[in-house]
Amino acid sequence: MIPISYYLILSGILFSLGIIAFFVKKDLITMFMSIEIMLNSANLAFIVFSRSHLSINGQIIVFFVITLAAAEACLGLAIILLIFREMKTIKSEEINLMKG
Amino acid sequence: MYYFIFLLLSVAAIGGVIGMIISRNQAHNALFLALSFVSLGGLYALLNASFIAAIQIIIYAGAIIVLFLFVIMIINLKKGIPPERKKWIPYLAALLGVIFLFLIVYPIISNLLFLKYQNGELRSSPLSLGHTLFSQYLYPFEITSLLIIIALVGAVVLLKRKDRK
Repeated sequence: MIPISYYLILSGILFSLGIIAFFVKKDLITMFMSIEIMLNSANLAFIVFSRSHLSINGQIIVFFVITLAAAEACLGLAIILLIFREMKTIKSEEINLMKG
Repeated sequence: MYYFIFLLLSVAAIGGVIGMIISRNQAHNALFLALSFVSLGGLYALLNASFIAAIQIIIYAGAIIVLFLFVIMIINLKKGIPPERKKWIPYLAALLGVIFLFLIVYPIISNLLFLKYQNGELRSSPLSLGHTLFSQYLYPFEITSLLIIIALVGAVVLLKRKDRK
């Protein structure tokens, strides 16, 4: 069997890459994709602990997280479309209504 | 053999995310993300979670990526995102990411490196998952259905055009 720590380190690497992608990218859609990556890395850790403790509850939490991510993608993309319709841009540095 | 599959899938998952960071085309970004999600589904299947692997591929790599691609096609920026002016922001983000990686990986290496699997077999067939979902987790399941309805209605209300008078 593959050691648990390999999976946990992979999950940590994916989470860090998600954070890097969130801060490097400038368009809202790709920033939104990096949030999905961070959710997935947490899911991986849940599945690994579910396997190691022989408990099915971790998989049920992952089920709920995937459902939540679908709802979140639906609403987030609606908000992005609304921003594009109002401002004609999706670059995060040009959306500065609250900058003063 | 298991190690080889694990190495292949994890390299595909990390490579998909790195490709997403490097590429500037948004449609390519979505496809790199699909590669990463599919390989994560393979990892779930390797961990004896077959149902979760199936819905990972169906919902994430199927539904959510297609939703992203639809929005990218609707917005349809012709010349892509121009390179950003402030050059120091990627380096700062990389530094932040490395600090975060250290903060996550160092406790794992120092404490959890030799964590063992418990003996026995995990009964994770869709049947037992459904039994647990509809007995122990019945109320969270119903609340999740309410959440999805709220998200759908919210998206429709947000995107409805106000009639101009």
